[in-house]
Amino acid sequence: MSRAGELQGFLERTPFARFLGMRCEIMGDEMTTVLPFQEKFIGNAAINALHGGCTGAFLELTAMAQVFLLTDLQRPPKPVNITIDYLRSAKGEDLYARAIVHKLGRRMASVRAEAWQAERDKPVAGLQAHFLVAEST
Amino acid sequence: MSDAEEGKDLLFRAMQQNASRIMTSVPWAKALGFELTSIEQGRAFAKVAWREELVGDPDSGVIHGGVLTALLDNLCGVAANTALSEPKSMATLDLRIDYMRPAEKGRDILAEAECYHVTRNVAFTHAWAFHDNREKVIATAAGAFALNDITRWASGNQAVEMAQAMLSEKSS
Repeated sequence: MSRAGELQGFLERTPFARFLGMRCEIMGDEMTTVLPFQEKFIGNAAINALHGGCTGAFLELTAMAQVFLLTDLQRPPKPVNITIDYLRSAKGEDLYARAIVHKLGRRMASVRAEAWQAERDKPVAGLQAHFLVAEST
Repeated sequence: MSDAEEGKDLLFRAMQQNASRIMTSVPWAKALGFELTSIEQGRAFAKVAWREELVGDPDSGVIHGGVLTALLDNLCGVAANTALSEPKSMATLDLRIDYMRPAEKGRDILAEAECYHVTRNVAFTHAWAFHDNREKVIATAAGAFALNDITRWASGNQAVEMAQAMLSEKSS
């Protein structure tokens, strides 16, 4: 099976990815993730804004998926730490994200991800994450 | 008592009266099953029960990091709200999470957040997630929240709105 197929298979059997309803559009080694809007994602109903923790979880899964795509790991890479920058209020609409793996070392991967809605040039949040990519023995 | 202290007290009392609704009125917190267990001035405590749906690694049953992110983000926000001396609406500016060890399959996760400094524009917070106590932590968080004038932005936070009503009653 292709690595893209393995990633899709992994997301399909990951309960939390299913709970989010996240999709992955993979083009070779590039990928865009899509989070179709659901009412449960709302954090502030008065201003119809997504919960920061929802955007954050989606970005973390996106970063993780991108690392998975570029490696031959059998298990999801383990997050070491993440920093999320909230740039704009995310509306109650679909969310998209892409991640770039800046450095893929033997043990650590450094990843940057960005989420946006209507305009790609106006990201709603950014994420910087480190993942452990060594298979634990 | 100074005005600031009085405002802080009123705001906190309003939050206490609404404590059961603080998390349940937030759809994403409700969907993930967050439960606010108690609040103090500048502190908030919560719990999330293990559930199959929240698992991030199907082979180990470990809860996904994103669930902790949401929990600590939300709880830091609540802690910041308990530390304000006037009602403000707030938005997470940034949040850093360090993952120390995986959460264990089948166990509740407890969390505690502390707001340790508030300026006119920003509230600074720390939080911890663990099973038993803070000695054996699953994840820690550091979050900064931008504080906004509540009149410019509907808050959606019933406790804050109630405190605002109480404060305006007092000043009239």
